[in-house]
This record gives sequence, structure tokens and C-alpha cells, in this order.
Amino acid sequence: MQYHCLVYFDPQKVFNDSPEANAVLEEIGPHATQLKASGHLIMSQPLNLPQEAITVRVRDGKMSTTDGPFMETKEMLGGLVLIEARDLNEAVRIAAGMPHAKLGAIEVRPVIDFTKPRPKL
Amino acid sequence: MSTAGAHDALEAVYRTEARRVLATLIRLLGSFDSAEEALHEAFAAAAEQWPREGVPGNPYAWLVSTGRFKIVDRWRRQSRLAGVLPELAVLVAPTPEPDMAEHIQDDELRLIFTCCHPALAPDSRIALTLREVGGLKTEEIARAYLTPAPTIAQRIVRAKTKIRDLAIPYEVPSRTELPARLESALHVVYLIFNEGYAATEGPSLTRGDLCVEAIRLGRLMVELLDEPEALGLLALMLLHEARLSARVDAAGDLILLEDQDRSLWNRGQITEALALIERARASRRMGSYALQAAIVGVHAEAPTFRDTNWVKIVSLYDALCRVDLSPVTALNRAVAFGMCHGQAVGLAAIEAVMAKGELDRYHLAHAARADMQRRLGLTEAAKASYQRALELACQPAERRFLQARIQSTCQRTVAECD
Repeated sequence: MQYHCLVYFDPQKVFNDSPEANAVLEEIGPHATQLKASGHLIMSQPLNLPQEAITVRVRDGKMSTTDGPFMETKEMLGGLVLIEARDLNEAVRIAAGMPHAKLGAIEVRPVIDFTKPRPKL
Repeated sequence: MSTAGAHDALEAVYRTEARRVLATLIRLLGSFDSAEEALHEAFAAAAEQWPREGVPGNPYAWLVSTGRFKIVDRWRRQSRLAGVLPELAVLVAPTPEPDMAEHIQDDELRLIFTCCHPALAPDSRIALTLREVGGLKTEEIARAYLTPAPTIAQRIVRAKTKIRDLAIPYEVPSRTELPARLESALHVVYLIFNEGYAATEGPSLTRGDLCVEAIRLGRLMVELLDEPEALGLLALMLLHEARLSARVDAAGDLILLEDQDRSLWNRGQITEALALIERARASRRMGSYALQAAIVGVHAEAPTFRDTNWVKIVSLYDALCRVDLSPVTALNRAVAFGMCHGQAVGLAAIEAVMAKGELDRYHLAHAARADMQRRLGLTEAAKASYQRALELACQPAERRFLQARIQSTCQRTVAECD
């Protein structure tokens, strides 16, 4: 199964040029190489800061745009890591091994399975 | 070997060996997470090497040593950077290859006892056992228990954290500890079985898998521990399983024991179970599971419902009531007593058990009372009891059965009035 690991963090804590934060950032590259070698990593994509974002909506056929991210929170979506794991617990274990988990939080979400019916809310 | 052939071989090895390899790696590496990582690495290496070099003679030993080497090697490289951790020295030291058969089985047993440790929350024991010992995926367990996958995932994570924090040893309990620990492990296995057995609705595939897995675990415990209660539990599960196909009709409706087509019962499983019960009886230490199995065994032996040896069943219930004081056991004994001595006596016995009040909300108690009342021609009372049972029953097949009973009792009243 495929899971997206959505990496959230507070940019003030990650890009403050402290030795601790820099050490974690240094780990990310080698860790990704290791995940790729073990067959878990499908792709990873860091994202630019939310200031660079623009949010698009279409309502009543009209498109509108807003500067910045969808939600204003201190912690922002900083990147996506798509992984292959046997089940949710393996995905959790892999996410826990990601250096980002030490500075922010990682939301693990299964990739949608189109063979299943749509969720009922 | 062709790529497809190698892939199939690897799949087959995964199905038969992965759980056992994991059980050994947990012992060698001292942690669930490291062992899972090692298991993954070992199979990744196998996928790469086996198509070229062929499947090794002993895949289990190959996977264990490859997985262990990969992880220890990684630790070595990391520790060179981070300064050597003292506990690593033990693990990096070479140990003899674990490839003896008894070693493998001991590891699986260690894993069962660790996953069923009484210090873990009961829900966690089940989830952990199914995933780590049974090899089920988190999502499969979630479907079987109609629970969101993140909830199951949390239970598993918490259980592993607790095992680590409490430093629960990875071992088969000592003689003195064994009875209490065995009880917990057998209970988990029986709960897994019941979850699969009791459901007549829902995703049936996964539910059936729960029964198969529970029986596999039961068998494993019998092979490794010659304990009467392990024998009894396996016999009990086999006897239930043997009669499963006769228990519901094509429409998914319940068929009572009395009306079941006994030619559908699996004779092979019944014979196996009866032999297990004999072994338990010979030990002269029959506990709750062995006695329950013996009771079901009497039913399974009877060629027809009329031939049932109720006297033997009542005496087995008497023995069971001495080790298991639950009101449900007392109720079942009362029903059997009625089958021995007539419905009026049976009804009085059931009423006496129900008068204590503990079974007020137990739908099967009301259904049992209704059945005796119906047989005695107490139509109005029977209808009221069936109605009460229906109010308390949740399972669709049981509800349909009770509704049908109310209907037929009403019809009889009308016919009598005409």
C-alpha cells in the first residue's frame, strides 16, 4: 500500500540556523537514500514556504485566488513523502524514522484506493 | 529461474516464513521495530539475490542472518558517527546461526506470550497478536473488528512502547508463572476465534481468517506446551469450526443445533478434537476450556439430537460450574438439566438462575426461557420472553431468528383461538 507522509513544521524552528536544526536538515538526504534503497521511498517533495503559495477556489463557476496557504497556522505543510509500506503500522514506523519528525509532525495518510466506495460522512 | 518463478517462490516463502523469521529477529535484535526493519531488508535482499542465485536450502536461516546482518551493519555505521552505544556491543558480537527447529518454534511461542502479556491492555493484546504473530495487516484487523485503522495502529504502537518501557522479557514463562500467563494467551486466542465465529454479517473473508489464525495459534500452543487447557481450547475451536457450515442456511439465517444437518459436520475435525479432549482428560487437570470442549464433544458425538447424552452433559456442566462461576455457565447447565428432567424442571432451573438478576440484559437467557415456555405451551409468556430477547439482541441473524419465533408463536395463538 502507498501512504503519503505529510510533513508539517514551524519554519521558525527549522530554518533558524541553529546547530540542532541544521543537523536534522543534514540527515534528510542520507535518510532518503536509505529509504530508497530499502524500497520504501517512492518519491519525496519538499515544498517552498507558504508565503510563496496561492490558493485557488472556484465558486459558482468563478475562480478566486487568495495569497498564502489554505490555513493560517504556525505549523505549515513543508513537504510530501510518498512511501510504500505493508500496512499502516509499517508506515508509522517509517515516518517515525524520518528526521523531520524530530522538529515537526508527520501526518500519515493512505493514498486513496479507487476500488473502494467513497467515504460516507 | 524465471523472474515470475522467483517472485512466486519469494511470495510462498513470505507466507510460510515471515512470521517465524520475525519472531527470531525480535529475540536477536531485542526490539519489534528493528526486527520489522530487518525482516523487510531481508526480503528486499532476497528479491534481488534469489532470482540470480536460486532459493537457498534453508530460507528461514538465510533470511534471519541476512536481516540481522543488515541491521547490525547499519547500527555499526551509525554508531561510528554517534559514538558506540554500550548495548550495541552485545548485538554486534557474533552468535551461532539459529536454525534448529525447536529454536524457531520457541521463538514463535515467546512472541505469543509477549503479545498476550497481562500488562498490556486487552484490546492491544488482540491487535498485537494478530499483527505480529498472525501476520495480518493493520487495515485487515481494522476491517475485521469494524474499527478505524488509526485506532488499531495506535493500540499496536502503545503495546510495543509498553513492552519496551516495562522491559517485558521475550521468553516462555517459567513453570510458576505459566498458569496465569497461559490463561491470558489462551483467552486472546479464543477472543480472536470468537470474533471470526460469532459474526454472520460483515466482511466474511477476514472474519473466516480470524478463525483459521486462532486455530493455527491453538495448534502451535498444543505442539509446544502439553497443557490440558491448551488441548481443551484447540478442541473447542475445532468442534465449533467443524459445525460452522451447518450453523447458518443459504440466506444467512441461524439453524438451531436441534435442526442442523449433522452430515455437514466435519468428521475429521471432530475426531481430532475428541482425541485432544481424551488427552486433556488423561491429565486429570481439566480446566474450563477442556470441560467446555468435552460438553460440545458430547453433542458432536451424538448421531441425532434425540441421541444426545444429556446426563453426561449435565455432569460435565457440574464440573464446569466448579471452575467457572459465571452466570452464563449456570444458565447453560439449567438448560441441559431441563433436557434431562423435562421442560417444567428446566424452566424452574432457568428461572432460578435468572432470579439472581445478572442475566437481565443477556438476550440468550431470555431466549432460553422463551424456548422452555414455548415447549410447555405457555404461549403468552413465551412471546413476552422472545420479545425481551429481541430488544437486547444486536446481531442481525439472531434478530431475524427471534422475530421468526415471535411470529410463529403468535400464529399458534391464533390457531388455538380458532
